[in-house]
Amino acid sequence: MIAPAKPELVTVNIDGKEIAVPKGMNVIEAARQVGVDVPHYCYHPKLTIVGNCRMCLIEMGMPAVDPATKAPVMDPATGKQKINWIPRPQIGCATNASAGLHIRTQTPQVKDCREGVMEFLLINHPLDCPICDQAGECKLQEQSTGYGRGYSRFIEQKNVKPKRTLLGPRVMLDDERCILCSRCIRFAKEIAKDDVLGFIDRGSYSTLTCYPGKKLENNYSLNTVDICPVGALTSTDFRFKMRVWFLKQTNSIDPESSVGANTVAWSREGVIYRLTPRRNDEVNDTWMADSGRVLYKAVTAADRLTAVKVNGADSALDIAVHAAGELFKSAAGAVAIVGSGRSSVEEQFLTKKLATALSASTHLVSRVGPGDKILVSADRNPNVRGALVTGLIPALPAAQLTALGAAIDAGKVKTIISVGEDLFAAGLNATQLAKVAVVYLGTQANATSEAAKVVLPTLTVFEKSGTFVNQQFRLQKFLKVVPGASGATDDLVVLAKLVAATGGTVPSDLNPLWKVLAAEVPALGPVTFANLPETGLLLDATPWAALPFVEGETLHFKPAAQPAAVTA
Amino acid sequence: MPAPAQRRIIFQHIDEPGYSNDLACYVKHGGYEVMKRAYARPPAELVEEVKKSGLRGRGGAGFPCGVKWSLLDRKSGKPIYLVVNADESEPGTFKDRYIMHQDPHQLIEGIMITCFANNVKQAYIYIRGEFPHGARILEKAIAEARAANFVGPNVLGSGYGCEIYVHRGAGAYICGEETGLIESLEGKRPYPRIKPPYFPAVLGLYQCPTIVNNVETLCHVKYIAEVGGEAFARIGTPNNTGTRILCVSGHVQKPGYYEFEVGKITMGQLLNEVCGGPLPGRTFKAVIPGGSSAKILKFGERFKGKRKVGTEMVDYDWAVEDVPMDFDSLGMIGTMGGSGGVIVMDDTVNMVEALANINAFYAHESCGQCTPCREGSLWMKKISSRMVHGDARPEDGQLLKSVADQIAGRTICAFGEACAWPTQSYVAKFGDEFKGYADAKKTAQPAATTLV
Amino acid sequence: MNLTPATLSRIDEVIPHYPTKRSATLPLLHLIQEEVGYISNEAIEWVAAKLELQPINVYEVVTFYPMFRQKPIGRRHIKVCRTLSCALLGGYKTCASFEKEFNTHLGEVSPDGEVTVEFVECLASCGTAPVVMIDDELHEKVDAAKAKQLSDQIKAEAKARK
Ligand SMILES: Cc1cc2nc3c(=O)[nH]c(=O)nc-3n(C[C@H](O)[C@H](O)[C@H](O)COP(=O)(O)O)c2cc1C
Ligand code: SF4
Ligand code: SF4
Ligand code: FES
Ligand code: FES
Repeated sequence: MIAPAKPELVTVNIDGKEIAVPKGMNVIEAARQVGVDVPHYCYHPKLTIVGNCRMCLIEMGMPAVDPATKAPVMDPATGKQKINWIPRPQIGCATNASAGLHIRTQTPQVKDCREGVMEFLLINHPLDCPICDQAGECKLQEQSTGYGRGYSRFIEQKNVKPKRTLLGPRVMLDDERCILCSRCIRFAKEIAKDDVLGFIDRGSYSTLTCYPGKKLENNYSLNTVDICPVGALTSTDFRFKMRVWFLKQTNSIDPESSVGANTVAWSREGVIYRLTPRRNDEVNDTWMADSGRVLYKAVTAADRLTAVKVNGADSALDIAVHAAGELFKSAAGAVAIVGSGRSSVEEQFLTKKLATALSASTHLVSRVGPGDKILVSADRNPNVRGALVTGLIPALPAAQLTALGAAIDAGKVKTIISVGEDLFAAGLNATQLAKVAVVYLGTQANATSEAAKVVLPTLTVFEKSGTFVNQQFRLQKFLKVVPGASGATDDLVVLAKLVAATGGTVPSDLNPLWKVLAAEVPALGPVTFANLPETGLLLDATPWAALPFVEGETLHFKPAAQPAAVTA
Repeated sequence: MPAPAQRRIIFQHIDEPGYSNDLACYVKHGGYEVMKRAYARPPAELVEEVKKSGLRGRGGAGFPCGVKWSLLDRKSGKPIYLVVNADESEPGTFKDRYIMHQDPHQLIEGIMITCFANNVKQAYIYIRGEFPHGARILEKAIAEARAANFVGPNVLGSGYGCEIYVHRGAGAYICGEETGLIESLEGKRPYPRIKPPYFPAVLGLYQCPTIVNNVETLCHVKYIAEVGGEAFARIGTPNNTGTRILCVSGHVQKPGYYEFEVGKITMGQLLNEVCGGPLPGRTFKAVIPGGSSAKILKFGERFKGKRKVGTEMVDYDWAVEDVPMDFDSLGMIGTMGGSGGVIVMDDTVNMVEALANINAFYAHESCGQCTPCREGSLWMKKISSRMVHGDARPEDGQLLKSVADQIAGRTICAFGEACAWPTQSYVAKFGDEFKGYADAKKTAQPAATTLV
Repeated sequence: MNLTPATLSRIDEVIPHYPTKRSATLPLLHLIQEEVGYISNEAIEWVAAKLELQPINVYEVVTFYPMFRQKPIGRRHIKVCRTLSCALLGGYKTCASFEKEFNTHLGEVSPDGEVTVEFVECLASCGTAPVVMIDDELHEKVDAAKAKQLSDQIKAEAKARK
């Protein structure tokens, strides 16, 4: 692991509390470290600083020095160095920590500043909180309670602006609610690199808009909804479906590519309502792609596998496992396993155990597409590196299962265990498939599950816990969000049963399983599932450094070597 | 005391019969001779002259020009730019207009000296969009100067090269604010920048060190190069050196522009003697001394305190008429010299209506970037317009003041003060007029002049 | 966009005045408005393409500045100063007389298509208030009588043209 460079620390004083913070850290962040909340709207840690909302005004002072001698000027009353307070309030978001910086956030002046800004923001704001989607997450609503005066002196006509403009397929805008903080504009320009949003007109009539004829439809559009501090931008998918305060939050990982964006899944009573990004400064900052946000829909999709099947007829798990065991026996020495880069590390480990028990050859389905340079990488499998780390595969998967096809053609493979992979899509043809018996573990129906002798329904990433190793070789965990679909069984349980059918035993519970993992997989060293940090853990990638990984540059990721030509 | 005579340095040739804005005329009057001499001196010496001169910016803030230049980041290795603020947008100000229309080469000479002194290779003149002829005249003058090798790749054969381009605005007061101007010049909405970190001297135009100076300021620089910093500092009064152009408008007999040594003339002398006093049958009621943003002065109020004269502190007790027209004196009495725009109002004016006019201006011109100014300026306009055109409540004056108090000192740029100071000062000084406006409206004759 | 060769050559001349193309936004908009009379969406997109910008970048600018129009206006543009010094000397009355002379309202094209009358903010000629700009020309001390005279002149020119 490479330790980050140690930043220079400086001591600052915030509301009388001294704290050492990295030099240059802004006052909002520094205050957060001593538990002081500096309210703000336009500031966002991952966007440029514009200082337009003026909510974060604070008082600032610096230790006094004699201009001529540079000697400290002492305050006889306190015996300490005198502080020269600047009479004008300063914005916290653009005030950076320097040695001796003094900040006051609780003075009458600061309070008055906040009340003033709150009043100004509310005078032209509609009074439709009861029907607003943002209720519960609205910084304006929140802070008007905390920092406002609580009554209105405004008796003039409010400005009229467009309501309900569809900015794109997924984002709706209510201009009357917009507080013109420009977060969404900065996001579109700076992060999504899709400069379509802007303000038109001026003064209080300034209006957020998308260029006529253009749409906010890039694959990151929903991040604007996340960062809009008020209810001006809403998701057409989530609009009015559920009040956020009813929802439970569970940490998850976006499985759409090897980036492994950290996410939160919002659910209630076994139903997922939305996925939002979870901050990880080393991986995805505070963003995720729109395409990753709909993946929860797989949980209840129409093609979900919920019935165990043997030879096309409904069956029970143990019977099906037994049937699979029979297939293994009849094909002894001619079993192949198509493992998955979408399986968790734990599942891949058990898949490997199964392969060893059956002396089976192992294969992995490659899934490659164009990377977007942001948070969707060229490798659309979330966990190819997990397969390397666990030893499921020795090298990167080939583009197609050509080797497996050849083995079938040569009569060397009679039974295939597919872990959620559609073998047709992965390059095997009907003739080849007709020659083999397939044991299929998976969540969604496809041509392979249709043709399988044994079908063992398993769980989506939202119904189980586990870990992925992302493109940085960062081990990251995801947690069970909702209970598994009825009829489906945890992949680990299914894999353990299959191992048992070969006469072996492996644990299927995460904690005991991790003891084995840590003992047997060198790269995983002292890790346990429970102590894995929320932001993940970088593994030593040296053993795989020479492999031609397909990923190009994305946010927080630079490929070690020139990426292999993308074949998609 | 009789008013001193005008001392026309910058406006020497303005309105002079037979004086034209072409190069030949300028050269005939000794034009570009100062520049030729300046180019023979080490640049640092010229900066030193400007420092010694004590010249303060004529654009509004009165910041010492030499100090501004010495703040330039000269070590960054990036090019240094000069941006000439020819936006002349502060209401009540009309001086740069005449320099540019009638004596453009004076400005160009000032620019070329300033550029040479500060190793600037590219200057832009940001001229307000409402001066289409001014822009054409400047462009023609620059072309003439280029042809004569006063501007261009190898100025006067010195090996030093510098270009000037004219850039037209398009009707926005905020483009007068230096960082809004820079954004506008970069082709963006003229949103003023936050300072820190974007001080023009360090991170200005294209994130390079940049000098922003007013048109009149740069003409003074030319004169300083001519007579030397010390000689310049002897003009005017200490810390308020040189001459300045005072633009008088509103209710006086002879509105217009007048150039005086700074601090040598009082408000009373200016309005009563130079400008011929109030219109027949009227009396002065109020005056804004430095552009519409400056706090208003009420005839009849007195200002008392101590001030420095030479090395001594002396008491002063002034009526409006006694106030010397310099930066420090006007600052001392709670207002400012600003841009030199003096707007006079007589007893026919109702201050609620005058404020409503001003508030409409500021609400229209707020760039809308930061909350207090964006929302506050329009709110103040809505209140004051409602008072005039709808129901006026006795408490509206206090509400106006309280809104203004929530703006000043809390915004990105000084527009916040500019829009708050009128309201704060009108209400403070003419509070009764605001309180009693509803009644006044009932009894008053229909106003002779509509103000809003 | 169908711009004349003259405008196009001025456009190509002005762009290199700046180290970044974006800086040429205002100059290009001025040149196009001078020729076409207003800034259409087509013009916005043309400028954006020319300067390698996104259309929103240009749109944001066009809508900020009152001098840029997004619709055609009357043949002559009468801009009456509304700000304090002019108002003190009768600017509102001046404006009303223009409206009356051309039977029009602020911001509209007059029924005969001859003029658009608008209020503008301080024109930096407060010493000769009230002032009016008609297209590029400044007119000083425009009281109601002078407004009538200027209107008559415009009408006479209109007649002569027909
Ligand atoms: C709202 C606002 C408007 C301004 N307008 C002008 C202007 O029209 N012309 C000008 O020279 N300075 C104007 N200024 C001042 C400039 O920001 C800047 O201080 C000045 O150009 C510096 O030049 P100087 O030091 O030579 O005065 C304005 C400032 C503010 C805050
Ligand atoms: S829509 Fe939301 S994020 Fe965008 S400017 Fe308005 S308030 Fe800010
Ligand atoms: S103070 Fe007003 S003009 Fe200045 S940045 Fe803020 S909104 Fe814009
Ligand atoms: S957070 Fe908006 S100004 Fe600082
Ligand atoms: S107020 Fe009309 S020109 Fe200045």
